[in-house]
Amino acid sequence: MKLLNCKEATSLASQGLDRRLGLGERILLRLHLAVCDGCSRVTRQFAFLRKAVRQLGKDGR
Amino acid sequence: MKDFRAQVEEQRPYLLRYASLQLRDPAAAEDAVQETLVAALAGEKSFGGRSNLRTWLTGILKHKLIDAIRKSGRETQIESDEALEALFNESGHWKTFPPEWRSPDQSLEQKQFFAALEMCLEGLPEKTARVFLMREHMGLETDEICKDLGVTPTHVWVLLYRARMALRKCLEMNWFDVGRKPGRL
Repeated sequence: MKLLNCKEATSLASQGLDRRLGLGERILLRLHLAVCDGCSRVTRQFAFLRKAVRQLGKDGR
Repeated sequence: MKDFRAQVEEQRPYLLRYASLQLRDPAAAEDAVQETLVAALAGEKSFGGRSNLRTWLTGILKHKLIDAIRKSGRETQIESDEALEALFNESGHWKTFPPEWRSPDQSLEQKQFFAALEMCLEGLPEKTARVFLMREHMGLETDEICKDLGVTPTHVWVLLYRARMALRKCLEMNWFDVGRKPGRL
């Protein structure tokens, strides 16, 4: 298995919000995030974006 | 108790805001809301007070918006995204490491944050914004978006990825401004 670079890892992290990743994909992503702070932050920021956008338009936001 | 028409009419500003997020054309948003209100008034019996009125109206509006999106045409081209490519070097690693955001959850309490978010959404290419909002604001699944826009799942995932990357960059620069100079890790 080829390890992911940051571009592939963030793309997979994004897809993880939209479909169920395969086992191989999940392993590769976890391996990458375990050693890459940048991609871990971006993954958290994607989740935050989801939370924020869901609140958009509610209670005058 | 207020009559049904007045209660429905009260929801108009909320619905219009919802529709305007999805459709960039204000006239089309207006139309979708108008159709929703007409359908709601005609369908008062089917509402029957059994659920939250806003939720019920939003459900009708979603269908109207999807109709409007379908009508506005289907295209399948994916153009390249230079802003995204510019973040990575040839081996696909960050040129500049993405910084941590300071207390993002506190931002959710601030009205100005949502103004910044909306500004960033407006900066996205139209189709990218549309797919992103169908997914994250309307909460549609990939296959529903594919059906409505006539595109492949892979295409949808590419556009969602681009939207997320562009939005996080935009918020970083315009909201979370972490005070680092470009290029520093």
